[in-house]
Amino acid sequence: MSDDEVAASAAPGGHEPPERDITDGGPEMVQFLAADGTRVELSESNEPYAAYLEDVGTDEMVAMLRDLILVRRVDAEGFALQRQGELGLWPSLLGQEAAQVGAGRAMRPQDYAFPGYREHGVAWCKGVPPENLLGMFRGVNHGGWDSNDNNFHLYTIVIGNQMLHAVGYAMGVARDGDVATGDADRDTAVMAFTGDGGTAQGDFNEALVFAAVTHAPVVFYVQNNHWAISEPNDRQFTIPPYRRADGFGFPGIRVDGNDVLASYAVTRYALDRARNGQGPTLVEAFTYRMGAHTTSDDPTKYRISAEVDAWKAKDPIDRMTAYLKAEGAIDDSWVEETQAEADELAKRIRKACQTMPDPPHEEMFAHVYAEPHQLIERESAQFADYQSGFED
Amino acid sequence: MSTQAQQSGSTATRMTIAKALNAGMRAAMERDPKVVLMGEDVGKLGGVFRITEGLQKDFGEDRVIDTPLAEAGIMGAAVGLALRGYRPVVEIQFDGFVYPAFDQIVSQVAKMHNRSQGALKVPMVIRIPYGGGIGAVEHHSESNESYFAHTAGLRVVTCSSTEDAYWMMQQAIASDDPVVFYEPKRRYHERGVLDLGEGGVAGASLDDAPHALDEGVVRVEGSDVTILTYGPMVKVAHAAAQAAELEDGPSIEVVDLRSLSPLDAELIEESVKKTGRCIALSEAQTFASITSEIAAHVQEHCFYHLEAPVLRVGGYNIPYPPSRHEEVFLPDLDRVLHAVDTLLAY
Repeated sequence: MSDDEVAASAAPGGHEPPERDITDGGPEMVQFLAADGTRVELSESNEPYAAYLEDVGTDEMVAMLRDLILVRRVDAEGFALQRQGELGLWPSLLGQEAAQVGAGRAMRPQDYAFPGYREHGVAWCKGVPPENLLGMFRGVNHGGWDSNDNNFHLYTIVIGNQMLHAVGYAMGVARDGDVATGDADRDTAVMAFTGDGGTAQGDFNEALVFAAVTHAPVVFYVQNNHWAISEPNDRQFTIPPYRRADGFGFPGIRVDGNDVLASYAVTRYALDRARNGQGPTLVEAFTYRMGAHTTSDDPTKYRISAEVDAWKAKDPIDRMTAYLKAEGAIDDSWVEETQAEADELAKRIRKACQTMPDPPHEEMFAHVYAEPHQLIERESAQFADYQSGFED
Repeated sequence: MSTQAQQSGSTATRMTIAKALNAGMRAAMERDPKVVLMGEDVGKLGGVFRITEGLQKDFGEDRVIDTPLAEAGIMGAAVGLALRGYRPVVEIQFDGFVYPAFDQIVSQVAKMHNRSQGALKVPMVIRIPYGGGIGAVEHHSESNESYFAHTAGLRVVTCSSTEDAYWMMQQAIASDDPVVFYEPKRRYHERGVLDLGEGGVAGASLDDAPHALDEGVVRVEGSDVTILTYGPMVKVAHAAAQAAELEDGPSIEVVDLRSLSPLDAELIEESVKKTGRCIALSEAQTFASITSEIAAHVQEHCFYHLEAPVLRVGGYNIPYPPSRHEEVFLPDLDRVLHAVDTLLAY
């Protein structure tokens, strides 16, 4: 949101829709890598986080770019699989790769992530095999991984619910004494992910209240991708999401979500605060959803292509590629090799999707309850009996 | 637990349902350090009904957590705590205030175990004081158990006695499933006997509980009519059975269901097949209710044993009325006996 936009939204009576220059994150936005791939000079906005890039070497930056490229390919394959009828639905992360990879890479293994349903890039960074994400979209399960294997919770479809789960989990972390011990392998933070649409939900706001008053070690990571299905974000708020934190009593930071270095640095900062016992932080990753909300909607009905084009010029992969090429860290052959690696990954995902077995129908009755439940047992037996009649 | 009887060394003691619930939570908290209580005013105040009285003082603010006034927040945070390995026991102050948390309960609490194919558990207890008869204002006297019994993944239970309050609370907390625990608020201060045997509180374990959490119990044996009921209405059913007996009327069997999800189908069928007549009794509005489910179940499974149709006696299908109407809204002895007479006239 630009200064003008903020001023308009803050005007007395402020019911006039603000003028939107939705590509401008304003001077308060933390950025280290400009859209053309040049490093941004230190300023009041990014200087507090610069220390979190000092130990990031070239190899690690190249690894970040590799993540961006592979995650984009995972997403493209998910989209293609839906179009070919292999998946019932796919929520694309196109455009949000840097926001997610930056945040995901900033997390330590013990940190726990509570995603919405678009966080394929965070899942990647947390080590969840991408093919595991497909099950719920193919309709064979409601969550195809064990959250505790990689500290990455199952996708949450009801927007905003997961924000409270993250806070409760963080309250548990604090009760376990896993905060501010000084042990880097023990101190734990929790991240809660949502989009700008999620900030309108009651659960989001209650999560901020609970986090503030319990001083929970949690980082709220709002990916302001400018669209909540077909609604622009001036239908979700009149001040930028990061400023919401002020009203709850903890820091809010706006970061360029298309700049992987910035999202990484700011998230590291926020996670450190949480792990050190300094309480919650709200990070707003200023980004853009280049695709549809999910494969079931058509963004050409509600937004103009010029807007999409303006954001295309801010592409997170292009800018990191330009930067690392200019630095001499990568060349065209590296890009080609990585692209080939991405294609191989896509083949693997495609095969996993196409060969994913349908679950036996009797599994419907499994795990409804952890302990025996008379009704489920009766119905399960009735189902088995009825089905057995078809076997001859 | 500190009662006069306890201090004098006796193991059987009379106490209110309220005190028994408190004692049950205390025992669970002593047994398992992961049990935490949370809700609005549960700490220093001890809850608006004082059910958690003294627990924060004895277990500390990390175990008995006063929360912001936000029901969805309480419920969602409890889900997170449960995922971290805690056993939250959350208090909703009154039945009619559970709706802001409804989404978290039915979308998350109920489904997490199933969604994760058994990998995750959310062993939490949602305590809801419910039902009318206390002259309260709007939203303070509802019987909304059907909403949650309808949702797979939740267990729904209620108690009607001191003994059940003590044991069922502990069983609910120990369950790996989420349990919605309905507390009959107008019976909170009724006394009953709690006999923990020679060992008293210190010697009692969950294995000593007289019934499983999902078992119904025959409170009064009878041969002509079965009343299937639960929670605050058990006392009314009991009174109806006594009144009929005193007047040499029909022999009424009273079944206290205790568990509403699952229903103890075996016990229901056994009793109705014996008596051939059945009343499903509850305070809740009857449309699409627990009593509807009972009526359907009985006709499906006991059809050839029935001498008369199943009758439902419950609240009328209106919003819970202002308290000056409660006297006629809530089923009472006369309405139950009228239903008994109706059944016997077939």
